[in-house]
Amino acid sequence: MLNYLWGFMIIIGIVVGVLNGNIGEISTASINSAKEAVSLCITMLGVMSLWTGIMQVAKSAGITDAFTKILRPLLRLLFPNLPKDHIVNEYIASNMIANILGLGWAATPMGLKAMNELKKLNPHGDTASCDMCTFLIINISSLQLIPVNIIAYRSQYGSVSPTEILGAALVSTTISTFAGIMFSMVARRLSKIN
Amino acid sequence: MQFLLYVSDYIIPFVIFYIVGFAILMKVPVFSEFTKGAEDGFKVVLNILPTLIGLMIAIGILRASGTLNLLGEFLKPVTTILHFPSELVPLVTVKLFSSSAATSLLLDIFKEYGPDSYLGRVSSIIMSCTETVFYTMSVYFMTAGVKKTRYTLAGALFATLTGIIASVVITNMVF
Repeated sequence: MLNYLWGFMIIIGIVVGVLNGNIGEISTASINSAKEAVSLCITMLGVMSLWTGIMQVAKSAGITDAFTKILRPLLRLLFPNLPKDHIVNEYIASNMIANILGLGWAATPMGLKAMNELKKLNPHGDTASCDMCTFLIINISSLQLIPVNIIAYRSQYGSVSPTEILGAALVSTTISTFAGIMFSMVARRLSKIN
Repeated sequence: MQFLLYVSDYIIPFVIFYIVGFAILMKVPVFSEFTKGAEDGFKVVLNILPTLIGLMIAIGILRASGTLNLLGEFLKPVTTILHFPSELVPLVTVKLFSSSAATSLLLDIFKEYGPDSYLGRVSSIIMSCTETVFYTMSVYFMTAGVKKTRYTLAGALFATLTGIIASVVITNMVF
């Protein structure tokens, strides 16, 4: 996907630049963007490490596990067909908690494990089960407590208050996840197969 | 809605206080755990650096050549009707496919208009409540060997669109 997108952006950019007579600016921009990416990553090293460090503390204090447990009753509501004590519940809960805490890289492996288990429980072969649809819709609607990356980017580009968007972002992300949950519940009701 | 700004100030200190405080009560060696976890942050950032360099160059070229401005002008008639800033259309479109490409566009907006501008704030909030719909679906469904995805795409797009509308409305209310 990115191979086409990237190639397309470079080619279009240079062609338009030549037509607009901006070829000198393109030359400067490509060098400067490369430098900028590196200095951005230096800022991100700091902010990201702060967050992963704090999350490691949370993990060893048992806080992430506790949240996973709290999520259990909610899972029963969202995935009524799943066997109650099946390991898949744990994978789904860990995936959701990792997403909420902004640990995307930790969320994906758990999510794929959950998907594998859902596949075993899916009687329809290559057609998605309702549980799969619900899981992915909620995953994509991405409830996130603190968007760590965005704060790092804002601070790198000279924001007076990089964190001022946190409250508004929390409300929007809650609304979008709520919309996803509502959609999944209604669609499950209306669908003929599970 | 002004209280959301106070909430913003409190979230990070509160989360850190809660986690560290609880960990001390649980007798966790907090500092050595912190440094252990901080190392993971390095790995995460190093993993995305090559992608970020490549994409920031591409966006830099698109901006310098005038392509992004052309695109904005081109979309203006439609987006004016929808009350949505035309500068953000590329951002929300690309976000459906690639998170890192969307990040590069977000940084371009920060550079052009500033992170504290209206556009900077809306795009920050949109980026924190949306996810790469097509990418995530293809990775997860490939794992499950699923070809017929039923209502997943509709639901994911519905949630994303709701998030985008909410971001614009809330930004107008808070700031």
